[in-house]
Amino acid sequence: MSEVIMLEVLRYHPETDSEPYFQPYTVPYQDDWVVLDALNHIKEHLDATLSYRWSCHMAVCGSCGMTINGEPKLSCHTFLRDYRGGVIRVEPLDHFPIERDLVIVMDSFMDKLGSVKPWLIPREDKPLAAGEHLQSPGELDTFHQYTQCINCLLCYAACPQVGLNEDFVGPAALALAHRYNLDSRDGGKDARAETVASNEGIWECTFVGACSEVCPKQVDPAAAIQQTKISASVDWLKDLLTPRGHR
Amino acid sequence: MSRRPYIRKVERSWWLQHPRYVHYMIRELTSLFVGLYCALLAVGLLRLSQGSAAWDGFVANLSSPLGISFQLLCLVFATYHSVTWFALTPKAMPLQVKDEPVPGIVIVGAHYVAWAAVSAVVLIGAGM
Amino acid sequence: MARSNKPILWLPFAGGGLVAALITPVLILITGILVPLGILHLRYETLAAFAHNPIGKLILFGVVALPAWHAAHRLRMTAHDLGLGGGFAVKAACYGTAGLVILVAAVALVAI
Repeated sequence: MSEVIMLEVLRYHPETDSEPYFQPYTVPYQDDWVVLDALNHIKEHLDATLSYRWSCHMAVCGSCGMTINGEPKLSCHTFLRDYRGGVIRVEPLDHFPIERDLVIVMDSFMDKLGSVKPWLIPREDKPLAAGEHLQSPGELDTFHQYTQCINCLLCYAACPQVGLNEDFVGPAALALAHRYNLDSRDGGKDARAETVASNEGIWECTFVGACSEVCPKQVDPAAAIQQTKISASVDWLKDLLTPRGHR
Repeated sequence: MSRRPYIRKVERSWWLQHPRYVHYMIRELTSLFVGLYCALLAVGLLRLSQGSAAWDGFVANLSSPLGISFQLLCLVFATYHSVTWFALTPKAMPLQVKDEPVPGIVIVGAHYVAWAAVSAVVLIGAGM
Repeated sequence: MARSNKPILWLPFAGGGLVAALITPVLILITGILVPLGILHLRYETLAAFAHNPIGKLILFGVVALPAWHAAHRLRMTAHDLGLGGGFAVKAACYGTAGLVILVAAVALVAI
């Protein structure tokens, strides 16, 4: 008899359940399997009704974020061998409503992402004939890490302030705003400040740092937010001390 | 198909559920002791303004068992504040020198040097 | 959503955090260990002279007021984390207490 491992997976059927519950499954243990492989095994061979998101199976698409033994993780990036001999508890990401089983409702995040205007807003209108915006490798380096976000939402699940205030714009959206604010081709910091520098923006953050700890791409949203606090405070002082003519 | 998203409540004990959040709470609580010590200093300044007898009384209280134990507690938490504050500084203020990022450990190290220098200056000043 | 005025609270919080980190421990070392052990003496005349000097006043005010504000703002946020809410009572308790400490320090220093 080959080795097995136990999973406890949260189930929730909106049509019939008043509350979620945990369902146990026994799956084959393989050294190179990740939790996603175990879930796929369940779906294919044990229980076709299990619902969950996944796609690339290589930690670039951001689809398979889940809470695994209390920790926000990508299920494709979490190896069974690290839980060998124990029980793996799989739940949906914290701080989001549960649609069904392991699927969360992420509409609020999509709104928050859009609210920070995550696109280049050039400083002046440049006709096509004037050519491209030039950028040196050094200029790219300053914001490159903040371009790596895969929108997996692990940071939102880890952030206690997201849990305490559903209006908090949140780590990923603010890190993305910072990506654009730092981009040498961009002039949109003021346009984004309406959201970024609001009470529900950077000021809800208390630098817990959990977001950066769980990020699978080392984006470091916590750093992005603290840097934005300083820049927003400087802008606030500038506004206070100089007439608001130019904005 | 009927949708009925299930909303999980955040417990008041959320911060006890994971060591990461417990450490965060302890870190934040350092400010309580920093604040209490400032209150002690403010009282000291008040006693200083009230004359030498009042000031001597304040110094005597500093040296009481309660005074010393309270201040030792403050010292532990204030030191933890310094350590955690310095560790976070490179994230809040990344430095670039000629297109190269300054390593975080250099920024942290510079703060420890400043800490030692300021402490030395204060100790020498207080010794006079 | 509009640009917040939080910087007015946050800037002194950040400054106070740095002052607290760099200076508060050595002050506690002095008043809590070295003075009780008799290794250092904080003589009234010396300290009063320092506090009489306008620069001395500024320094003494800074090392009391800024960390006090830092504590107030941080404890206000922590109260919210602990489920005590962010209402007027919490803000009044936190900033009010710091305000009192700062006021006492200011009044004392002006009087010296």
